Amino acid sequence: MKKLKSILAITILAITFTACSSDDDSPAPVNQEEVITTLIATLSSTSGNITMTYRDLDGDGPDAAVVTVSSALAANATYAGSLDLLNETESPAESITAEIEEEDDEHQFFFSSALVSSAYADMDGDGNPVGLAFTLTTGDVGTGNLTITLRHEPSKSAEGVSDGNIANAGGETDIAVTFPIVVQ
Amino acid sequence: MKFYLTLCVFCLSLLAMAQECNSILKGTIDDFHDGTKIVGASLYIESLKKYTVTDLEGNFEFTNLCDGIYKVRISHIACETKELDIEVSGNTVYNVTLEHHIEELEQVKVEGSSAKTQTNSSQETVLKSKNLEAYSSGSLGDALKQISGVNSLNTGNTIVKPVINGLHSSRIIVMTNGVRLQDQEWGIEHAPNIDINSAESISVIKGSGALAFGGDAIGGVVVMSPQRAFLKDSLFGKTITSAQSNGRGYSISSKLTRTYVKGWYISGQGTLKRYGDFEAPDYSLTNTGLNSKSFSINGGFKTFEKGFNVFYSFLNNEIAILRSSHLGNAEDLENAINSPLPLTINDFSYDIDAPKQDVTHQIFKTEFYKRFKRFGRLDVQYDFQNNKRLEFDIRVGDDRDKAAIDLNLKTHSIKTTLKLDSNHGNTYEFGISANYQNNFANPNTGVRRLIPDYDKYDFGVYAITDLTINDKLRLDFGARYDFNYYDAKKFYQTSRWEERDYDIDFADLVIEDLGTQLLVNPKFEYHNISASAGTTYEINDHNALLFNYSLSNRAPNPSELFSDGLHHSAARIELGDLRIDQETANRFAFSYLFSSEKLTINLEAFYNLVNDFIYIEPTGTEQTIRGAFPVWSYMQTNASLLGLDLSVDYKISKQWSFKNRSSILKGRDLDLERPLIDMPSNKTVNSLYYNNEKWLNFNASLQSELVLRQNDFPDNNFETFIPTTGETVLIDISTPPPTYHLLHLNSDITFALTDKTNLNVGLSVQNLLNTSYRNYLNRLRYFADDLGRNIVLQLKLNY
Repeated sequence: MKKLKSILAITILAITFTACSSDDDSPAPVNQEEVITTLIATLSSTSGNITMTYRDLDGDGPDAAVVTVSSALAANATYAGSLDLLNETESPAESITAEIEEEDDEHQFFFSSALVSSAYADMDGDGNPVGLAFTLTTGDVGTGNLTITLRHEPSKSAEGVSDGNIANAGGETDIAVTFPIVVQ
Repeated sequence: MKFYLTLCVFCLSLLAMAQECNSILKGTIDDFHDGTKIVGASLYIESLKKYTVTDLEGNFEFTNLCDGIYKVRISHIACETKELDIEVSGNTVYNVTLEHHIEELEQVKVEGSSAKTQTNSSQETVLKSKNLEAYSSGSLGDALKQISGVNSLNTGNTIVKPVINGLHSSRIIVMTNGVRLQDQEWGIEHAPNIDINSAESISVIKGSGALAFGGDAIGGVVVMSPQRAFLKDSLFGKTITSAQSNGRGYSISSKLTRTYVKGWYISGQGTLKRYGDFEAPDYSLTNTGLNSKSFSINGGFKTFEKGFNVFYSFLNNEIAILRSSHLGNAEDLENAINSPLPLTINDFSYDIDAPKQDVTHQIFKTEFYKRFKRFGRLDVQYDFQNNKRLEFDIRVGDDRDKAAIDLNLKTHSIKTTLKLDSNHGNTYEFGISANYQNNFANPNTGVRRLIPDYDKYDFGVYAITDLTINDKLRLDFGARYDFNYYDAKKFYQTSRWEERDYDIDFADLVIEDLGTQLLVNPKFEYHNISASAGTTYEINDHNALLFNYSLSNRAPNPSELFSDGLHHSAARIELGDLRIDQETANRFAFSYLFSSEKLTINLEAFYNLVNDFIYIEPTGTEQTIRGAFPVWSYMQTNASLLGLDLSVDYKISKQWSFKNRSSILKGRDLDLERPLIDMPSNKTVNSLYYNNEKWLNFNASLQSELVLRQNDFPDNNFETFIPTTGETVLIDISTPPPTYHLLHLNSDITFALTDKTNLNVGLSVQNLLNTSYRNYLNRLRYFADDLGRNIVLQLKLNY
């Protein structure tokens, strides 16, 4: 019986304890990491720079992204391209480009367009393309789209992948954005 | 002759007088419960070989006793035999109470007829240890599927949630050793954190009729009970080890129990399981392993009149989730659905990589009970549960090894029940319970919280009565009131807050504005009424009818209210709704039972009308930098579920027997006039058993499992633009997989090693024909086939 009593006492004690453990502290906000809010593609040529920007400041939130292309591309021209990725939910904005450079063997960009052709201008430690630097060659006059896709953990050795063909790449999509382009 | 006899008697009485052996021991024997006199109980004094029986008033009397202490053994049919040391000094009156083992009897009856134990008129099935041991290496959800009407909702093959008559998650209560499991059961990919090996028997109660466990079990209640303690000096245990080909894994589970005649008992149990990547018939399912560790200690003191129980259990599951199920966006989903093979297939490995879950659940419980003469039993219980859930996503950079979800749910519960059983055949039970629950979402994950920090308070009170009208008719009634209160603190993206129009309806909840994020403090309360009424009627020895009506209310769970974010494993954005109110179910159940020596039939029909049924369905797509994602939103509708479950057991001969378990279910959305999403397929399982005691008690069975294609499903297919191809495609996430048929083979033999030790060797083959199939209720059905052939060798040692 004594044992029973002591167990009951412990029970009551435990309940009293928990009843007191209430705190009114507000939780800390989470600054979403690894969020890519912004992709800036810069195309440079002797006739000047063209900037294409995709910006979705609320990330996975409901607001639509803002897509801008600074000007039309010239016909039959070659542009040296570079990509910059940012997380602008943080202040100052965090560069995601550096993270991708660090793990370039696990990332690859793909460029697809019926209007322009592209080639890789960089490579990872294994000699496979990454796509943070690229060249873009325009042909005839027209309007269309340029889609830039970033795949995480693609199989870079699969057929055609190192040439920029996404079909066999696999992996997960980290970025898939489409810019409307005009070649004139 | 007469003279000698008289002389002899005279001498004897003289002798007796000389020792003053003329004391009388008398008294009455009555029943502990209701005080009625027990007629015909026998009393025996061993040292004197004296024997008497109680008369019609329960009186007994021993005459011509010498003063001293006697060991008296008292026994009566249906009572536990009692041994008492009674001191006789002169004429002694000693009254005895005997315990009519009503409850114990009921338990025994259950073993015999596999009918009911927790409730009177609910549709209830009991699985005993023999049925459970075969699933020692599996999960609770796997074991429960042997009951008709019970299915499972899977994420792969190691995350298995039970589905009772089409309902799951928060609509099912899982009780383990008297504790209601609080383990974030709201999540579709959160399996019950319980080791199947810790249970000696499991009772599944369909519907919400068992109000003692809670008022919100619209689906049903799963009651897991540990080994009952016996009042004798004994040490026993069992060890089950198994090795299996699929997953190249093993499981070992051991249990040891020590009991004492005085009532003390202690039992320890532990289980280890380890599996690597499982295999579908045609390929390896990369990253599907499991690493599980658990143990529990159960001890206490138990007599009929009083006792206590202290219980602690620990469980850790590290579960890998199919690599190919991790997706980037709707385009990846499209690729995955259309790809004949999973997108990632690597060589076999025991590694558990992201995506994965790492869940630890601890339960501490203490319980105390006392019986009062001619009154009833009072029970007081406190329990504490600590659930820690880590979910790891595929991440890059410094966050690679950081959990994406880090939740810690702590629950304290206290409950008191009073069961009045002094009125023979009629019992009345009252109970009060209170819970305090705290959820903490660790902000260090660097991912916005899917479930916010909250405090939840619950209070419940109920009354149940079970009335025996005559030996054929029994009635039961119950009523319950529950109060739930949430006090949550959640960050919303300002854009989401405005998109959901919360800025209009819930503006007063905002306590802090951080620009792009708002901190809000929802305080919601819910009042729930539940009730049940039922009757069982035994027509004759073979036929019985059972009817039950239950009303239940369930308050929304945190996931339904607060979910808000991207779920990578499902490539979907899930949105809860603060406006969701509780759902109300009216369930009508009717059962017919036939039992004869050879044939047992149990036909269970039900109609469950759920008003404001809470469900999640695709409602559109949202564009992000990663591409489009389908948005799944929690909504409410009026729904009906109509079903029929059939169990047939037929003894063909002494050695052959046959079993059928079949179920049909129709779920309708009454508002939209279309089928409900995620309803289990109709299925029938037929098994043929053979047993030959002469061949080392050889058992063999062949089981045929036929699962029909679910033809009733809502069309949630959606169109999305695929940027890489420039096309808009229809993504088919609705069409259920085709009908499939599987064969399973089981066999075992038993060796008696000593008179107390035996070894059972079992060999079974699941999916004998290595059939490729997918199940509608497996969330990974888009990505890969289900398991291929699996050969399991099981050794079971009882000692």
